[in-house]
Amino acid sequence: MNAYVMLGVFQTSQKLRTSLRLLSRAGLPPVDLQVQLLLRGRSPLSATFSRKLHLGPDGPASSPAAAPRRLPFSRVTVEDLTFFRKTLPGRAITDPDLVQSSNEDWLKSVRGSSEVLLRPQTTQEVSQILSYCHSRNLAVNPQGGNTGLVGGSVPVYDEIILSTSLMNSILSFDKISGILTCQAGCVLENLSLYLEERDYIMPLDLGAKGSCQIGGNVATNAGGLRLLRYGSLHGTVLGLEVVLADGQVLDCLSTLRKDNTGYDLKQLFIGSEGTLGVITAVSILCPRKPKSVNVVFLGCETFDQLLKTFQLCKGMLGEILSAFEFLDSECMRLLNTHLKLANPISDCPFYIVIETSGSDSDHDSQKLHNFLEEAMTSLLVTDGTVATEESKIKTLWSMRERVTEALTHDGFTYKYDISLPVERIYQLVTDMRQHLGKRARSVVGYGHVGDGNLHLNVTSPAKDPALLASIEPFIYEWTAKFQGSISAEHGLGLKKRNYIYYSKSRPAVAVMGKMKTLLDPKGILNPYKTLPDDLK
Amino acid sequence: MSGRVLVGVKRVIDYAVKIRVKPDNTGVVTDGVKHSMNPFCEIAVEEAVKLKEKKLVKEVVAVSCGPQQSQETIRTALAMGADRGIHVEVSGNDYETLGPLQVSKIMAALAKKEDAQIIILGKQAIDDDCNQTGQMTAALLDWPQGTFASEVTLDGDKIKVVREIDGGLETIKINTPAVLTADLRLNTPRYATLPNIMKAKKKKIANVKPADLGVNLTSKLEVLRVEDPPQRQAGMKVETVEDLVGKLKESGKV
Repeated sequence: MNAYVMLGVFQTSQKLRTSLRLLSRAGLPPVDLQVQLLLRGRSPLSATFSRKLHLGPDGPASSPAAAPRRLPFSRVTVEDLTFFRKTLPGRAITDPDLVQSSNEDWLKSVRGSSEVLLRPQTTQEVSQILSYCHSRNLAVNPQGGNTGLVGGSVPVYDEIILSTSLMNSILSFDKISGILTCQAGCVLENLSLYLEERDYIMPLDLGAKGSCQIGGNVATNAGGLRLLRYGSLHGTVLGLEVVLADGQVLDCLSTLRKDNTGYDLKQLFIGSEGTLGVITAVSILCPRKPKSVNVVFLGCETFDQLLKTFQLCKGMLGEILSAFEFLDSECMRLLNTHLKLANPISDCPFYIVIETSGSDSDHDSQKLHNFLEEAMTSLLVTDGTVATEESKIKTLWSMRERVTEALTHDGFTYKYDISLPVERIYQLVTDMRQHLGKRARSVVGYGHVGDGNLHLNVTSPAKDPALLASIEPFIYEWTAKFQGSISAEHGLGLKKRNYIYYSKSRPAVAVMGKMKTLLDPKGILNPYKTLPDDLK
Repeated sequence: MSGRVLVGVKRVIDYAVKIRVKPDNTGVVTDGVKHSMNPFCEIAVEEAVKLKEKKLVKEVVAVSCGPQQSQETIRTALAMGADRGIHVEVSGNDYETLGPLQVSKIMAALAKKEDAQIIILGKQAIDDDCNQTGQMTAALLDWPQGTFASEVTLDGDKIKVVREIDGGLETIKINTPAVLTADLRLNTPRYATLPNIMKAKKKKIANVKPADLGVNLTSKLEVLRVEDPPQRQAGMKVETVEDLVGKLKESGKV
C-alpha cells in the first residue's frame, strides 16, 4: 500500500472508531473488535461501506453527558509526527499499547482514540509543541495523573495527549516562608514526602495522592480532605507558569504572599481544567507539619446528631480542626464486603472522621478529651475510637479514603459531587434511594460534610442507561432547587459540561465563553470539555 | 490463685515512621518522633483483656519500663481494658542501656510482688527485635514458657498453647504460673472505644523505681555503632539480550 492509501485507511479508521464511540455512548455495545477485523488487510472502500452501515444520518440522540461531534481540527500527519519526534526525542509516543492507558480515564468510563502521546520535560518544550499545534490547528488534551472523575483528562477523539508526567522536578523550597515551587508533573504524594522531611505539609490532600499531579490539582481546583483547615488552591497557590494556546509562556510564577499589582491572572487558570492554558509550574504556600495529629472515628444515630456534633466540634476544637468527613452505613458495608476492612467501632447509621492538627499534643489531647466527653454525655455520639499513632491514623483514614475504591468493586458507578447547604446534604441521599428503589444496587453518601460537599454514588451491576435517565436530571434539579453546586470539586470535564446552567447563570457562562475565545481563539486546548456545547 | 495477669507494654517508635540514624551513629533519632505501643504488646494486652472478659482471670495489670512518656503507653493499655498500670521509672543513661535482661529482672520482681499468675508479653519489640524478654523472665522465675503463641486456652491450672514454629504449629500444655509471648496471629487488637478511653483516665498508674524492686540496671552490653543498611543500587535498563549478557560478563557474574 502506498502512503496515501495508508493515510486513507488511517483517517477512515478514525472516523469509524469515533462514530462507533458515539454509538456506544447511546448505549449500544462497543464494536471495536469488529472494526479491527474489518480493517485488517481490507481496502479503505470496504471500511467506508461498513461505516455507512453503522452510522445513522444525524448521529445518535445525545444525552447531555455524551460527546459532541468532532470539531474540524486537523488530523495528525506524518510531518507532524516528524516534528514531535524531533522536538521530544524518544518522548513522542505512538505505540498503541503505550498510548492506550492514557486514552482511558481512571473509572474506565470514557475512552478516546488519540494516537499520539507527548511527554515534554521542560516548559520550553511545551511551548514549542503548543506553538506548532496552534499553527496546525491540532487539538491538544493536557494530562496529569489522569485521576479525574468527569472525563476531563482523556481525549474525546484524536486530540494529542500532552502529558506532564516527566515534568516532575522540584524547583525550590523556602524553609522560612514554606513556599514550594515545582513543575506541574510532580505527584502530590511525592511533594508531601519531600515536605514532611522538612517539617512542612502540602495544603491539600486527596485519596488520589499517589497518582495525581499538582498541575492537574491546580487545573481542577482540587478540594480534598484538608480544605476545611487550609482553604482552597485559590488561596494557597501563589503563582503559576502557564503556556497559552499559541505557545506563549505566561510567567506568573511569583512567590509573594501579597501582590496587588493588576488583575490576578493565575486565578483564571486555577480550575480552568486545561481549557485556558497548560500549567507548567506552580508555586504554593505550604503549612508547617503539625506536631500533634489525632484522628477520631465516631458513630451517630441520625444525621441531625451528626450536624450537632459538627457544631460542638467547631466550638470546642475549632482552631485545631483539620478535617470533618462523614460516611454512611452503606459505605461501611461496601468497605467490609469488598475491601475486608473491619468496622473499628460498632455498627451505626452514620460515621464521622475528625482530624485535629496542632502544635502541642498535651493541649490538643485535653481539648479532644473535653469534646469527646461532651459529645458522649449529651448522647450525640453513640460510639467511637481515637488514634494518635501514625499506623492507627492511617487505618482510620482509610475507612474514608477507600470508599471510592470499594465502590469500583460493587459494579458500575455513577458518581456525583454536590455542594448543598449542610442541613440538606443527607436528604438528597434518602430522596435518591426512594426515587430509584430497587433499580440501583447501592446508593451511598459520604464526603466533606464540613465543607457542605456530598459525594453521592449509585452502583448497578452494569452500565444501565435507564438507571442513568432516572438519576439525571433528577439529581441536578434537586440540587438547583436549593441553590447548590452540581459539581463541588470534581469539575465539569466532559460529563458535566452541559449541566453548568444548573449552577451558573447564562450571562456568567457567556462571559466564560468570551474568556475562552480570548485565550484560545482556535479552541485547541482540551476541546469538548468544561464549557457547554451551546456556547460554540 | 490470684487470677492476676501482668502484661508488659513497650513504648517504641511507631512502625509507620521512617527511621533516621543519628549523625554521630550512636543510635536512632527519637526526639520529636511519633512513638506508640509495640504491636506485639498490643496483641498481648488484647489477649489478657479477652481472658478477663471470659472471666478466666480477675485482673489485668499493664507494666511499662521507661521515661515519663511510657505512661501514655500504659494509658493505651488501660483504654483497651487493663484494670491498672505500673510505671517503672527508668530514664537517662539507664534507659539508653535498658535491655531484655534488665526488663526481665523487673518483670520477675513485679510478678512476685503482685502475685501474678500469668505474664503475657509481646514476642519481640519492633525496635530491637530481641525476642528475649519473655524467655529470660521465665528463666529467672523458673516458670514454664509458651512463646510465639498463636492460640491460648486456659484449662484449669494448666494452659494449652499453640506455638508458631518453623515447621508449622506446635501444641504444648504448661503449668501455671507461666510466661506467654504473643505472636502475630494470636488475635486482632481492638480499637479502644470512647467509653473505655474515658474510663481509662480514671484508672490508677502506680509509680515504681527499679531500686524499690531490688533490681540492678547495669548492662554488660555497649552499643558501638548504629548504621543505615547499605543503599540499594539502582537497576540498569539494557536494549538487547546481547547487552544483558555483556553486562553480566563485565560485572563478573557470569
